Amino acid sequence: MSDLTKLTLEDALEGMTKGDFSSVELTRAHVDACMEASDLNAFVTTTFEQALNQAKASDERRAKGEAGSLEGAPLGVKDLFCTEGVKTTAGSQILGDFKPPYESSVTTNMKADGMVMLGKLNLDEFAMGSSNETSSYGNVVNPWKKDVELVPGGSSGGSAAAVAADICLGATATDTGGSIRQPASFTGTVGIKPTYGRCSRWGVVAFASSLDQAGPIAKTVKDSAILLDSMAGYDPKDSTSLNVDNGDWVASCEKSIKGLRIGIPKEYTVDGMPSEIQTLWDQGIEWMKDAGAEIVPVSLPHTKYALPAYYIVAPAEASSNLARYDGMRYGTRVDGENLNDTYERTRAAGFGPEVQRRIMIGTYVLSAGYYDAYYLQAQKVRTRIAQDFKNAWETCDALLTPTCPSAPFAIGRKVNDPITMYLNDIFTVTANLAGLPGISVPAALDGDGLPLGLQIIGKALDEDTVFAAAGALEKAANFTAKPNKWWV
Amino acid sequence: MSKPETGPETGVDAETVRKIARLSRLHVEEERLVPLADELNGILGWIEQLGEVDVAGVEPMTSAVDMKAPLRADAITDGNKRDDVLANAPRSDSGFYVVPRSVE
Amino acid sequence: MFTAERVADEKDWVKGETGDWEVIIGLEVHAQVASNSKLFSGAATKYGSEPNSQVSLVDAGMPGMLPVMNEFCVEQAVRTGLGLNAKINLFSRFDRKNYFYVDLPQGYQISQFEHPIVGEGEIEIEPEGGEAVMVGIERLHLEQDAGKSVHDLSDDETYVDLNRCGVALMEIVSKPDMRSPEEASAYVDKLRGIVRALGTCDGDMEKGNMRADVNVSVRRPGGELGTRCEIKNVNSLRFIRQAIMHEARRHIDIIEDGGTIDQETRLYDSVKNETRSMRSKEDAHDYRYFPDPDLLPLQLEQSFVDAIKANLPELPDQRKARFVSEFGIPAYDAGVLTVDKTVADYYEVVATGRDAKIAANWMMGDLFGALNKAQIDLSDSPVSAKALGGLLDRIGDDTISGKIAKQVFEKMFEGGGTADEIIERDGLKQVTDTGAIEAMVQEALDANPAQVEKAKLNPKLLGFFVGQVMKASGGKANPGAVNKILRAKLGL
Repeated sequence: MSDLTKLTLEDALEGMTKGDFSSVELTRAHVDACMEASDLNAFVTTTFEQALNQAKASDERRAKGEAGSLEGAPLGVKDLFCTEGVKTTAGSQILGDFKPPYESSVTTNMKADGMVMLGKLNLDEFAMGSSNETSSYGNVVNPWKKDVELVPGGSSGGSAAAVAADICLGATATDTGGSIRQPASFTGTVGIKPTYGRCSRWGVVAFASSLDQAGPIAKTVKDSAILLDSMAGYDPKDSTSLNVDNGDWVASCEKSIKGLRIGIPKEYTVDGMPSEIQTLWDQGIEWMKDAGAEIVPVSLPHTKYALPAYYIVAPAEASSNLARYDGMRYGTRVDGENLNDTYERTRAAGFGPEVQRRIMIGTYVLSAGYYDAYYLQAQKVRTRIAQDFKNAWETCDALLTPTCPSAPFAIGRKVNDPITMYLNDIFTVTANLAGLPGISVPAALDGDGLPLGLQIIGKALDEDTVFAAAGALEKAANFTAKPNKWWV
Repeated sequence: MSKPETGPETGVDAETVRKIARLSRLHVEEERLVPLADELNGILGWIEQLGEVDVAGVEPMTSAVDMKAPLRADAITDGNKRDDVLANAPRSDSGFYVVPRSVE
Repeated sequence: MFTAERVADEKDWVKGETGDWEVIIGLEVHAQVASNSKLFSGAATKYGSEPNSQVSLVDAGMPGMLPVMNEFCVEQAVRTGLGLNAKINLFSRFDRKNYFYVDLPQGYQISQFEHPIVGEGEIEIEPEGGEAVMVGIERLHLEQDAGKSVHDLSDDETYVDLNRCGVALMEIVSKPDMRSPEEASAYVDKLRGIVRALGTCDGDMEKGNMRADVNVSVRRPGGELGTRCEIKNVNSLRFIRQAIMHEARRHIDIIEDGGTIDQETRLYDSVKNETRSMRSKEDAHDYRYFPDPDLLPLQLEQSFVDAIKANLPELPDQRKARFVSEFGIPAYDAGVLTVDKTVADYYEVVATGRDAKIAANWMMGDLFGALNKAQIDLSDSPVSAKALGGLLDRIGDDTISGKIAKQVFEKMFEGGGTADEIIERDGLKQVTDTGAIEAMVQEALDANPAQVEKAKLNPKLLGFFVGQVMKASGGKANPGAVNKILRAKLGL
């Protein structure tokens, strides 16, 4: 039997439908691949035995004609999603051996659709990072390698690496400032962050509540549509969940973009951006034209303020969201001389340096006397940024931009330089601030043979157009490169 | 995309870091106060370019979804799961969480 | 309306070494919403359940848990706001109040800081022995209650029960409009009456379902406002009065010794009758409020508010006015009888179809006296409204005299049965049979010939014979009849 791990999710599902192979066989193949790939350190926790049991149960359901949309597909789950009875760490020590007595709404949906879970994927601690180097469970290594080991991007580094290395058919991820799209770009995979409110945040460890949004990382645009269709949906347990139906996303991936107006924001050309990225962007514009789209220059004047605004709003919300990790009801407690000392030692020992840095920034910008100058100002700038997009939508239907200002970089290169690290999200963070859907599609290899992605940003709730444009881009780019399996 | 220089006008000193760490309930060793102040100043200095934006008459954006809060009916649909609630507690006894003494 | 200008009556001034002082009081009353489930979770709110048995994963602050608003709680806040004659804000929002404490699992309390659901209002209070005063309401907002810390189950640890955590509270903030402990307790009593009449809170202070934070400062009469201290969680009217008295005295002593007052949060110790500083709260002063990103703004339709307004029950002030007009009792009596719903309902049963003034006297005199003596709430009174009415009926139809009625009432209170049963059993019926009375009168006259002569000259002395006859009849002779017959026999 040919290597089942090379299949796309779409083909694997079809193969099982046709009876070419069972979920047990498919899952077994992926479990073996996962074990071979331990050098990538993509997993925090593996659940192989459960996976094989789930696969068996899935084959039985299929035999009874009860197959769901993800029936029998071995997938990975970012370790930010709470999974019932399975240790959930958020990449942090502070949660200790926390085993949630509950299942996140997103993974509940996927299990109902027949998902087989291979394990919990590594990530930057509390999703705070762009290189997966802040995880307290070690770096994830990018399957793409030149002479040195590279970061897979972050925070969903484990998800991206696992899909790129063909050890998961697809994976869940989350995106607060670019944590789905940037790692997708760094690993030659597809990653979509849907409109804020599409995927329930219930049971997903919170980083920045007004920005966090779950989405998939997948091998193809259509795979990402299949996964998102299972993950998304109204959830009354999340007050910010949108009570709207999913579109026909899988079909949209093949829809023609003839006459679609694609906006090109001039502010996304930034100093110091590698020429290869500018070149790729220009190439993308040509591809869109060839596919029949109309190219429209647009302006998003407040783009340069998006990152600074983000680095006030996100840490502020995080400083409050992470207050519950105090070692009193769950997690590891470090006893001190008194209650406050216990709080301080527990949190100092449990949180890594980047998380502590962001908690302190967030605390500072919310504290008396600084709230107006920092937090309130940032929230107003956020309004401006959202307005920029509204204005753009008057002349175009979607935007085409690079996903990242750079190709994947060497592990350790930016880790001691926060701001340079933060700048990785310069093209992705605007969609989070405005709550818009954005997808990264692998488009080419750079001179070093490393993947580069292009991004499509769409109107709120217009994932259909986003998938259509992404599908056209994927078709034109015809990106078939794969990392060679140095880890085997 | 040159890295913005850190604004010296941003005034986070060791004392401020001590205060922030206290509010954040993060234990910080004495010798880390100054380095942390420098780190924070670096980031805050970069953030301060936000001041350039004219936000006159602009409403702050507190959520990415523009709708009113959903309301639920007043029904008892949850609770009654003490074991689940206490399952992960570092210390618990006879149905209570047990924590360091916190008497006024 | 803000009346900081108002100067207290001289009788309320507090004497100090260096002259008189005026006490300035504002209250923050926490009233628990009478809802089945919590403000942001579906866990029950029942009082006195097993520890942590009414806790949802949301209440326990588990990772990834999210709040969803309880519509009933929102409605009760609006009802209460309307009952306080206050402005209802169609737009309001929930903010996070950030601080660390063992009874606060999320590390923040969800409250309303910048945009409360209810704005300014005012209510009229009638302090005992003072005249009516208007007290301004600053705001009413919804917030979560915290859990309970138990310190006596271990010497070196604290036990935490989260059952109360997340229960909906209405925090009702007054303006600093009160000037004496009596005004403060009258205000809380009035609030209690209003929320009970509305049914938005049961007002049970013993269970902590209604408790007050008291802000106290002192100033020279009409002078500059002084620094205030906040006394947390005072849970009875008596303690509120005592805490204010003690705190005012403490301020005066410090100032007169040349010291200054630190603005701080204090705790009232009802055993030692003193307040002491809550040091541990001090470094939690910077609460870093910001809009809760897990919740969206609360936007009410005017029609929603109007519908609630249209169905408001009768409030204490309206009921008082009705009692005055309908039953013709004095405003003061009507006030006393309408502060609490249970009292007003009881009175309404007794007074309807009877002499309302006598009904009021009996309730405020004999009944309340007996209940006080026995330390019983009216709701548990051994004499029901119907039973008391039955007693008043027997007075009304001359079956017994008012004097005998008091004996009957005592027996009723001790559980001796209905008025009729007791009158029957103990043979307390008034003697109205003139023959019998005439005989008793004759006896009295024959027994005191000297007095008879004097009485003929001075009718005032009739009373002596009336007394003799009443004594002989064991109080049962109808006084009117005795008088008539005496006069006839003495030819007066």
